[in-house]
Amino acid sequence: MNTALSWIKAYVPELSCTDQEYCDAMTLSGTKVEGYERKDKNLEKIVIGQITKIEKHPDADKLIICQVDIGSETIQIVTGAPNVKEGDKVPVVLDGGKVAGSAHSDGPLPEDGISIKAGKLRGVPSNGMMCSIEELGSNRDMYPEAPEYGIYIFPQDAEVGADAVEALSLHDTVFEYEITSNRVDCYSVLGIAREAAATFDKPFAAPVVEIKNETGNVNDFISVEVQDKDLCTRYCGRVVTNIKIAPSPEWMQRRLAASGIRPINNLVDITNYVMEEYGQPMHAYDLDTIAGHKIIVRRAKDGDEFQTLDGQIRKLDSEVLMICDAEKEIGIAGIMGGENSKITDDVKTVLFEAATFNGANIRKSAKRIGLRTEASGKFEKGLDPRNAKEAIDRACQLIEELGCGEVIRGMADEGAPLAPLREIPFEPERINKLLGTDVPAEDMLKIFEKLELVYKKDENVLVIPSFRQDLAGFADIAEEVARFFGYDKIPTTLPSGEATTGKLPFKLRIEQKARDIAEYCGFSQGMTYSFESPKVFDKLLLPQDDMHRQTVTIANPLGEDFSVMRTTSLNGILTSLATNYNRRNKDVRLYELGNIYLPHQVPVTELPDERMQFTLGMYGEGDFFTMKGVIEEFFTSIGMTKPAQYDPNAGKPFLHPGRQALIRYENQAVGFLGELHPQVADNYNIGTRVYVAVLDMPEVVKFATFDRKYTGIAKYPAVTRDISMVVPKNILVGQIEAMIAQRGGKILESYKLFDIYEGEQIKEGFKSVAYSISFRAKDRTLEEGDVSSAMKKILNGLESMGIELRQ
Amino acid sequence: MKEKLEQIKKEALEQIGNAGALDALNDVRVNFLGKKGALTAVLKSMKDVAPEDRPKVGQLVNEAREEIEKALESAKTKMEQIIREQKMKAEVIDVTLPAKKNSVGHRHPNTIALEEVERIFIGMGYEVVEGPEVEKDYYNFEALNIPADHPAKDEQDTFYVNGDILLRTQTSPVQARVMEQGKLPIRMIAPGRVFRADEVDATHSPSFHQIEGLVVDKNITFSDLKGTLAEFAKELFGEDTKVKFRPHHFPFTEPSAEVDVSCFKCKGAGCRFCKGSGWIEILGCGMVHPHVFEMCGIDPKEYTGFAFGIGLERISLLKYEIDDMRLLYENDIRFLKQF
Repeated sequence: MNTALSWIKAYVPELSCTDQEYCDAMTLSGTKVEGYERKDKNLEKIVIGQITKIEKHPDADKLIICQVDIGSETIQIVTGAPNVKEGDKVPVVLDGGKVAGSAHSDGPLPEDGISIKAGKLRGVPSNGMMCSIEELGSNRDMYPEAPEYGIYIFPQDAEVGADAVEALSLHDTVFEYEITSNRVDCYSVLGIAREAAATFDKPFAAPVVEIKNETGNVNDFISVEVQDKDLCTRYCGRVVTNIKIAPSPEWMQRRLAASGIRPINNLVDITNYVMEEYGQPMHAYDLDTIAGHKIIVRRAKDGDEFQTLDGQIRKLDSEVLMICDAEKEIGIAGIMGGENSKITDDVKTVLFEAATFNGANIRKSAKRIGLRTEASGKFEKGLDPRNAKEAIDRACQLIEELGCGEVIRGMADEGAPLAPLREIPFEPERINKLLGTDVPAEDMLKIFEKLELVYKKDENVLVIPSFRQDLAGFADIAEEVARFFGYDKIPTTLPSGEATTGKLPFKLRIEQKARDIAEYCGFSQGMTYSFESPKVFDKLLLPQDDMHRQTVTIANPLGEDFSVMRTTSLNGILTSLATNYNRRNKDVRLYELGNIYLPHQVPVTELPDERMQFTLGMYGEGDFFTMKGVIEEFFTSIGMTKPAQYDPNAGKPFLHPGRQALIRYENQAVGFLGELHPQVADNYNIGTRVYVAVLDMPEVVKFATFDRKYTGIAKYPAVTRDISMVVPKNILVGQIEAMIAQRGGKILESYKLFDIYEGEQIKEGFKSVAYSISFRAKDRTLEEGDVSSAMKKILNGLESMGIELRQ
Repeated sequence: MKEKLEQIKKEALEQIGNAGALDALNDVRVNFLGKKGALTAVLKSMKDVAPEDRPKVGQLVNEAREEIEKALESAKTKMEQIIREQKMKAEVIDVTLPAKKNSVGHRHPNTIALEEVERIFIGMGYEVVEGPEVEKDYYNFEALNIPADHPAKDEQDTFYVNGDILLRTQTSPVQARVMEQGKLPIRMIAPGRVFRADEVDATHSPSFHQIEGLVVDKNITFSDLKGTLAEFAKELFGEDTKVKFRPHHFPFTEPSAEVDVSCFKCKGAGCRFCKGSGWIEILGCGMVHPHVFEMCGIDPKEYTGFAFGIGLERISLLKYEIDDMRLLYENDIRFLKQF
């Protein structure tokens, strides 16, 4: 909402402050000023001059020499403007003055304006400049009387020597406000003026609405029937006859222009003016186009079509409210009038409509029809039915004052009965208790008085004016006190009362550990979107019946690429790796902690299972076992000290079939890792080997613990035996280790692979594997017998697997 | 005998003095003190000494031995010192050669900012809680005093799964979920992902993060809210940070406020960073709306509370001077490495 300060001051005459003071104070009392713009910025030393004589320039065909009377003296100005003649009154910038813009540029105004100096044009002295409306920083939309090309010409009654900027009402500042959605009343000049009056503690002077000469009876011109009162809370209609279309007066044009509204003619300008002033949109119909001189407000029928006054055909349905006459639909209520009742310059009699509608209905209709207008934007906030009458009367007053027509007596007034004014108990102690303040009750009442809340002492209630629809209960009243007492004056304290323990839940502590370990291992944290394209599943080679294709699907996504909630975290990390690969970043390691969303059923009827995934991905330096190392470091760090099992039959189609493993801990699957399938790497345009790992954190967290127990440092020596084996290729070292662990008994301390070899010296289909096995007892030095019996068990076990022992 | 001992001693000390290397010193030790050494030979010849003189001679031999040993020891120490000096001289390195680094990974700027915020509030006794990202319409809107027809529902450009289920547009539903459990008092923050149907550009993302805060107890006041957030801002942005509360509107708090902090770049003087105002908007807050309490089964006459919502990206973009939000979700390693 943009409004000239001069318009606000019209209702708060005693308001006197700088622009910045106004901006700060209004923002602190809740009417946020987004910014402001001085209309006279860079307009210096500009007066009204009268051209007394024009001569041709001796050396230039397109230039003329003007003698200009500026009151105190007559100065000579050379100009190329085509539109001036002797006797014209024009804005003149004197030597050393400034204008805001250039006549020859449509671009933004220069920050410091353009300085004007006396000089010579083609040898002839010129001591100033006559200027156009564009040079004064404005344009013909705002000043329609200005000529298309050339110098602005003042009316003949303009005073020579007077301030030209003043004469154009440019000594003004336009403020832009951000109005919160609850303050419908502040989408109007009066609403903001009322706030300004309360903020600066100055009297508020609302316009006095009075129509001097009313004739006839409205009922002889129009009858109104509201059939759907649930959607139309009030319909006010007034009639004006003998319409004389003409330009509106300058003061009205200027105020509209400052608000960003282009002046058109008196009738249109009045409706726009009242819409700005009262926040009530109005519509004007040519009464002669209204069949049966009857207005019916009712719902449209499904499938109806209607041509709005912009010429477009609109499809309607039974939830769209229509304004109709006795025969046909003539407007979409609150959104746009119809082509068939459009007003022309020949209009004789006008029906003014000021109505209020169900805001939510207007909002939804505008959305369905695809037509959001200035009017619907206001109606959808739910307007005050009482304000509608005040606004329509104000419009009729202006019609009369501007000589635009004759006002017919009376108003057609239909709709739901007006709700009684709301009453809210006055609870000063509770207000102070909520705010942490000590504001005396009398001071609160003074604030309410400024806001036009009436205090009924005997009932101890506040009567809320109808325009303050946002004031519904105790907390709203407390806010009014806070706003005008001053948010800045409320003390700052810290909550007292029962002490509470600050804490991070266990799950989040595990995630913190995951971040620490990943980073120690060289992985940087990425973040990717939770939604992605369903095409991801094809990229990851998931079969058509794969359960990951069952997704939580967004009904109104930003596009197919963001349409399903991810059921696997891989796409995010792979896309990020691809970005890095494409940008030629070397040796990239990324991790992410983010949810996947697994639906319990499709279509979704309950909230999905959100599972935190710890996802790692890398290319460049490192391999499968680097990744495996990260997993094991993480497990150790969260107390998962038993050996994890790696099952090569992970069955992940997106991984290299010979280089993937399901990770189990205590026989529970907790994740997987592997090298990316080369086809998938191709699908992501990554031209190198990629390794990924995903841990399903809800499963991991079950095994995690931060408990640690000291087990002592071994006092007795260890005994180590090395064994060397020839092992059938299909046996995994994991199986050998499982056998060692199973047969080693209590004294088995550790085992370590120290050599693995396939090749020339080893027969086809076998590999050579060597382990170093350590035994130790806590309470004694081991004897040869202990070790050899344990070794015997181990060796027997290994032999039973088809493993040959090498001597 | 005495002269002989003196002679041996003299010779030994002379040889020690001349020894140029540790080996030579060792030779001296062997030659004089070893099994076949000169001094040992004297001891061996004790049998030729008159028995009454033996103790005396023994003492003289021991004195000589001690003196030689001492001389040997000090010569050895000196020599070792010289050798060490020489060795170190040869070992001089160019300390300006590049460091050998462990390539430690880097934390996402959002997480760094979040951990800062969590640290501050945990210190003030807040518990960190989580709520679902795919949420019920009821918790995201209705329980927060945003009924079905409320315009705020449209303003937030919600992604819907169906009529009842949506992607949460704010972390505020966690408030309602925690209050509903009825365990009072409450001091919590709820960080997490939220979603709004905004097209991706330098300042918008359809997926971003918020941190919700909620305190409910008897006697919680607006002044407590002011004090708490002032503390928070000082901790996060520096001790001399000023805080400004401006009235605002949120459906689930009343009174409500937006909070600006004094620009930490220009200290409030006005710069490009704060668009000349000297202030930067960082969060929205207010006193929990009595209606919200009622819907969660808490008596608003007995309990009061405050809530606040912080945009995490807003904090990380500001704090780390990141000029394009898209960088946060691209995961270019050259970006991440800067944090």
